[in-house]
Amino acid sequence: MQKVYSKIESIAGNVITVSATGVRNKELAVVETRYGPSLAEVIRLKRDEVALQVFNGGRGVSTSDEVRFMGEPMKVSFSDNLLGRIFNGSGRPRDGGPELTDTMIEIGGPSVNPARRIIPKNMVRTGIPMIDLFNSLVESQKLPIFSVSGEPYNELLARIALQAEVDIIILGGMGLKYDDYLFFKDTLEKGGVLSRTVFFVHTAADPVVESLLVPDIALAVAENFAIHGKRVLVLLTDMTNFADAMKEIAITMEQVPSNRGYPGDLYTQLASRYEKAVDFDGSGSITILGVTTMPGDDVTHPVPDNTGYITEGQFYLRNGRIEPFGSLSRLKQQVNADTRSDHRAIMDGMIKLYASYKESLEKKSMGFKMSDWDEKLLAYGGLFEREMMDLSVNIPLEAALDKGWEILASCFEPEETGLKSELIAQYWTNKV
Amino acid sequence: MVSVEFAGEATMNEVCYVHSGGKKLKSEIIRINGNVADIQVFEMTTGIGVGDDVEFTGELLSVQLGPGLLGQVYDGLQNPLPELAEECGFFLDRGVYFSALNESKKWEFTPSVEVEARVEAGEQIGFVREGIFKHWIMVPFQLEGVLTVKRIVGAGSYTINDTVAEVEDEKGALHPLTMVFNWPVKRAVKSYAERLKPSETLITKLRIIDTFIPVAKGGTYCIPGPFGAGKTVLQQVTSRNAEVDVVIIAACGERAGEVVETLKEFPELIDPKTGRSLMERTVIICNTSSMPVAAREASVYTAVSIAEYYRQMGLNVLLLADSTSRWAQAMREMSGRLEEIPGEEAFPAYLESLIAAFYERAGIVRLKGGEIGSVTIGGTVSPAGGNFEEPVTQATLKVVGAFHGLSRQRSDARKYPAIHPLESWSKYKGIIDEEKTEFGRAILFKGDEVGQMMKVVGEEGTSLDDYIIYLKSDLLDFVYVQQNSFDPVDTAVEPERQQHTYDLLMGILTAELDFAGKEEARSWFNRVRQNFLDYNSKEWKSEEFNKLEATISQLLADKKKGVEADAVGF
Repeated sequence: MQKVYSKIESIAGNVITVSATGVRNKELAVVETRYGPSLAEVIRLKRDEVALQVFNGGRGVSTSDEVRFMGEPMKVSFSDNLLGRIFNGSGRPRDGGPELTDTMIEIGGPSVNPARRIIPKNMVRTGIPMIDLFNSLVESQKLPIFSVSGEPYNELLARIALQAEVDIIILGGMGLKYDDYLFFKDTLEKGGVLSRTVFFVHTAADPVVESLLVPDIALAVAENFAIHGKRVLVLLTDMTNFADAMKEIAITMEQVPSNRGYPGDLYTQLASRYEKAVDFDGSGSITILGVTTMPGDDVTHPVPDNTGYITEGQFYLRNGRIEPFGSLSRLKQQVNADTRSDHRAIMDGMIKLYASYKESLEKKSMGFKMSDWDEKLLAYGGLFEREMMDLSVNIPLEAALDKGWEILASCFEPEETGLKSELIAQYWTNKV
Repeated sequence: MVSVEFAGEATMNEVCYVHSGGKKLKSEIIRINGNVADIQVFEMTTGIGVGDDVEFTGELLSVQLGPGLLGQVYDGLQNPLPELAEECGFFLDRGVYFSALNESKKWEFTPSVEVEARVEAGEQIGFVREGIFKHWIMVPFQLEGVLTVKRIVGAGSYTINDTVAEVEDEKGALHPLTMVFNWPVKRAVKSYAERLKPSETLITKLRIIDTFIPVAKGGTYCIPGPFGAGKTVLQQVTSRNAEVDVVIIAACGERAGEVVETLKEFPELIDPKTGRSLMERTVIICNTSSMPVAAREASVYTAVSIAEYYRQMGLNVLLLADSTSRWAQAMREMSGRLEEIPGEEAFPAYLESLIAAFYERAGIVRLKGGEIGSVTIGGTVSPAGGNFEEPVTQATLKVVGAFHGLSRQRSDARKYPAIHPLESWSKYKGIIDEEKTEFGRAILFKGDEVGQMMKVVGEEGTSLDDYIIYLKSDLLDFVYVQQNSFDPVDTAVEPERQQHTYDLLMGILTAELDFAGKEEARSWFNRVRQNFLDYNSKEWKSEEFNKLEATISQLLADKKKGVEADAVGF
């Protein structure tokens, strides 16, 4: 039973209002404009006045356009047919393939009962030493990459996607540059994982509102794969664009802004997406890696700030490297105890020495005299940056640990490292 | 938010149900204007349409109080989550509500009053055993005046809904009493004789808190800090080790994963005082960040009402709210939807008074029967950008008795707990003489100054005396202010040991030390520090403990040449 209305009362930005009865909150509608149909979602009901956000944008919508209510909220098809496919922000095919309509599932479903969650315990290996060794990624973790425009965050995401030991990869792109979209597509195709990947891509050229649906669709699909026992990795890039789209709608709706124009519920909105990360007891899991670009490299900007309060750590990507300081995986303690006996010691020890290297570097730049110890640290720091921090380094955790001992042995005497004697006896490699 | 037209009567904060799509969604009236009531729905509003029916219950939003609360895990509206999981599986479905307490369980009730006894609200009529406690069955707090017991059942087993007594009020009306009653969450329980001044220290077993910035039983404190500074870990450690009878954890708008850790670990952890699982003294109210935001506002009130209930039995209750900022944000969201004129950072203008009213529900009281009970409230604050100059932090600071400010610098330097010893303060009395703690604080302050100066002039430009002060302050920070929560011994330090250790440390801090140069001073302090760290991780009064103490004393004796001028008298 679909109802059609042909009088739009007001159009402001991407929000239109029509007079209609029997409409339900969050219901989906189609607006037939002269430039083609567009989906729209009910966002406010006031007696018979219905406000909808138009996913293709308000531009070109005419007061006499038809609005057809679908009688149900936004749904997306879920089946194995999704794999290898590319969709846009409203869930329509972008790759020229057929539209999918089997087993429609609701998006933005209820939250997982905390009583049914379990403590995460599986490490996700990525082959990147700065992650595996120093800030291990854990299955069901939610972790953003804090970065600024111009950094290779999408390259990093693509690499993790290629190398991470997961069953299914879901990419949610919001405001993605077309080049970046093609980059993801090509890289995943070349890497041979396209057949277990689903794309939901909103590019920068698409109407802004459409990006609002991307995380919900991507996570609803991920949730269903996870319930079916799959380990799913969801990549969301870039969450700052998502937040900006929310800001735009909130201001059009004349909501009171709270901080730098963002709506007061920014925290809740972000949390309800990130909290979808979960490890289902006896079934699959969802791990979320997001990108949050920090406008002006400012971590106190509302988007990275609220994100930091929600997620389980963060990776700082700066100058093409994952920064050892500030980057944190809050769940690493759950997994790095049982990898190898030297894991935690190398993790702390190498970072402490790297911190000392930074101090020596500062002293050097200020023109102070370098002691022998300073010279050792400078040599160490250079090696560490080249052989560990560089993103092109691609080795499994065990090899990275061995490499760590190798670097230490080539720069220091055993007792200078501050590592426990038993570990040194076991792992110290003599200089070649 | 939903607006409804009603006929007849509506009460502010009344509970109503929106009938939509075959489900009943719990809601609360938050504004009434003419015959239109604005209600906030405690669930997602997807699918609600104009014309849906709304059922008014006539009851205020309330919490169910009775035996069986301890060990439970509730959502913000006191819906038991494990039962919900059994019914609905992985997800929190809308519109499914359960009774908060087990209605079929039989409790062994023993009456403590006789027929014709005169009782008032909050007074005891009998008890049941709930785990380690004597759970007193009380006259419901809302009954007024002096009541006469007309009937009381004999000892035996009853469910919470069985009538155990009948009381007659001054007007001659008869009230049947069961073991359970409802209490509106937003009203403070006042059924006590008098409120006292918080004076007894609440032992947290964290050195920096008990010694420098103590909390009192019946007092309030707040923990503001940027993300990653360790607020939640601090709350978790406190909830395990604090010397109180009952702990209520209100996980309000934070990560679900953190609640899960508590949920899975507490039943395994043994409380050394009672020998029972920690869960038996804990109630968890959780409304995590992805659960509906309207219920988040209710969750802190639900928690504080349960805390007050156990206080009425003469117990010491600690309520830990993590985080009050999320609660304030929930109010901001509702205020925005009501289109109220916003205050600072769009928070509602009444934010301050609500925060004050919440913390004022803490307190130590003398009950009508003479026992003393207390509710202590500790709330974390998550200020935007880690900047304490924001409305929630400022409003909280006005009303709390102690401020434990977490610092990003300290957590980055891996100094835990990352409470800043100089910026934090407390108005309560600690376990160590104030003169002594003031001396320690002064050392920390001066050491900090010297440290700042050294950054400019370098070590070479600092005098030996200043350098020694810097090393003393560093030592105090390292071995006393910081505490290793991963070490089984160091994680919880009894007050007796804290006093003992502090005295040992005072010996070093007050001493005039004899060094030839900075190099010697540094290596001496390094040795003391290493011994002290080992000493901290040894069992109290064990052989190794005594040996290390002797080593430290000997090290001091070697270098001590007198007492510093400002330290005479200690």
